[in-house]
Amino acid sequence: MTGLRGEAAIVGIAELAAERRPTRPPMFTLDQYALLAKMVVEDAGVDPACVNGLLTHGVAESAMFAPATLCEYLGLALDFGERVDLGGATSAGMVWRAAAAVELGVCDAVLAVVPGSASVPQSQKCPPPAPNWYGASSNTYGSPQAEFEIPYGNVGQNAPYAQIAQRYAAQFGYDPAAVAKIAVDQRTNACAHPGAVFHGTSITVDDVLASPMIADPIHMLETVMRVHGGVGVLIANADIARRSRHRPVWISGFGEHIAFKTPTYADDLLCTPIARAADKAFAMSGLSRSDVDIASIYDCYTITVLMSLEDAGFCAKGKGMSWVTDHDLTYRGDFPLNTAGGQLSFGQAGMAGGMHHVVDGARQIMGRAGKGQVPDCDTAFVTGNGGIMSEQVALLMRGD
Amino acid sequence: MTVEPRPVPEPTPVSRPFWDGLAQHRILVQYSPSQQRYVFYPRTLAPGNLADDLEWREIDGAGTLYTFTVARRPTGPPWSDAPPQLLAMVQWDAGPRISTELVDVKPSDIRIGMRVKPVFDDLPEPGITLLRYRPA
Repeated sequence: MTGLRGEAAIVGIAELAAERRPTRPPMFTLDQYALLAKMVVEDAGVDPACVNGLLTHGVAESAMFAPATLCEYLGLALDFGERVDLGGATSAGMVWRAAAAVELGVCDAVLAVVPGSASVPQSQKCPPPAPNWYGASSNTYGSPQAEFEIPYGNVGQNAPYAQIAQRYAAQFGYDPAAVAKIAVDQRTNACAHPGAVFHGTSITVDDVLASPMIADPIHMLETVMRVHGGVGVLIANADIARRSRHRPVWISGFGEHIAFKTPTYADDLLCTPIARAADKAFAMSGLSRSDVDIASIYDCYTITVLMSLEDAGFCAKGKGMSWVTDHDLTYRGDFPLNTAGGQLSFGQAGMAGGMHHVVDGARQIMGRAGKGQVPDCDTAFVTGNGGIMSEQVALLMRGD
Repeated sequence: MTVEPRPVPEPTPVSRPFWDGLAQHRILVQYSPSQQRYVFYPRTLAPGNLADDLEWREIDGAGTLYTFTVARRPTGPPWSDAPPQLLAMVQWDAGPRISTELVDVKPSDIRIGMRVKPVFDDLPEPGITLLRYRPA
């Protein structure tokens, strides 16, 4: 198996506390990039001049030339610059791209930071653009979604994920309390993590099931809360990693799979792309599922977590409901999952939500998770998920 | 507050035969002889093998309900007065799946796997017909 040798590491992490309403002053995304870059470099304790790689989802102030714009603004010349466009899988996709570039010797240290606040300064001359409720769907002339999805109201995330859950229920059965338990256990984790938007607010399975039905079978407390925030990591070669302040988090395996845009056109709606991505990641790393100490699984909805646990091979296909019921998913439990609350309970800071899971895994391996620390945490499994479980990335991270 | 108008599809040079078919209450779908399968939505080349052999054929549009949801909250501002929205995927007997909405059915009567048949819903806009579904 070709792939990473595990010689590139996350050496610095940063995650702004989640806020429902911003208390920080409005910042252009350029300035959010700068702040997060400063935070990850200082966290690593390395010289900013070692940074010569940069991955970006994009710059709100500049529709094109995102890497060059950031290179100039940050004053960091780059030997590697790339834009990653994988929705919620963007962050995990950034991490393996950075590790690959480092191992190839293309660059030494790579910024992968993701601004997560739409609170930006507003022009006095130009009104802000109208809200784009099409979200991940394109209503541009010639787009398949504009013709074959949007006219029927098939837009947004809630209804498509609900349709996947309904199909799952028809094929394998559905235990609403089991799925709700995922949100409950993650809320317990958020209560041990001060940056989480729901820190201090525990919930029960009954609370989840009593929350309003959004789209059958998904309740409100099974969906994410949008927050303001921002998350990032610095990925570096072994020389820099050995000189950095914290325990290096080596990227030892990855897999990526993109299967479709709209789930209507999936070959098999119930076999999600993480199945193939996770198999590749484990094969590359030489690790097995039982080696995993914590998992941080992209959790836009509870059903996403359940199906990812199955398809990534932690439990048998179709048995996720009983598996979740039988395992304690809290940081104190036998299968610690989304130990900083996940996006369900930390909050989803827009595109930065995917990086929440990367930082969750890295923070645990670094041993910096505070009250939520999992003892002897050496191996983390992290996923990213874009679109409607249409593009997914798996990562395996290791401590020495 | 006025409700934002519902988005109306605009046929393209690629998809025009599909929409013209619907306007005549016929379902025209592309077929790839090299793959021996129907393809949806319309394209210029067959997905997968990129064969230049797509031809339009008529199907009856009968199918089974692959999955659905009852959206209790509007999926977007144009549907603010629409809930419950009965969003669905139908698997045509001819093969492909299509995104649609169910009509003429109570939410509690919907079952995955049930037989469904097309409903041609002519919009006020000339030449535009949406393809919705009801229990067969």
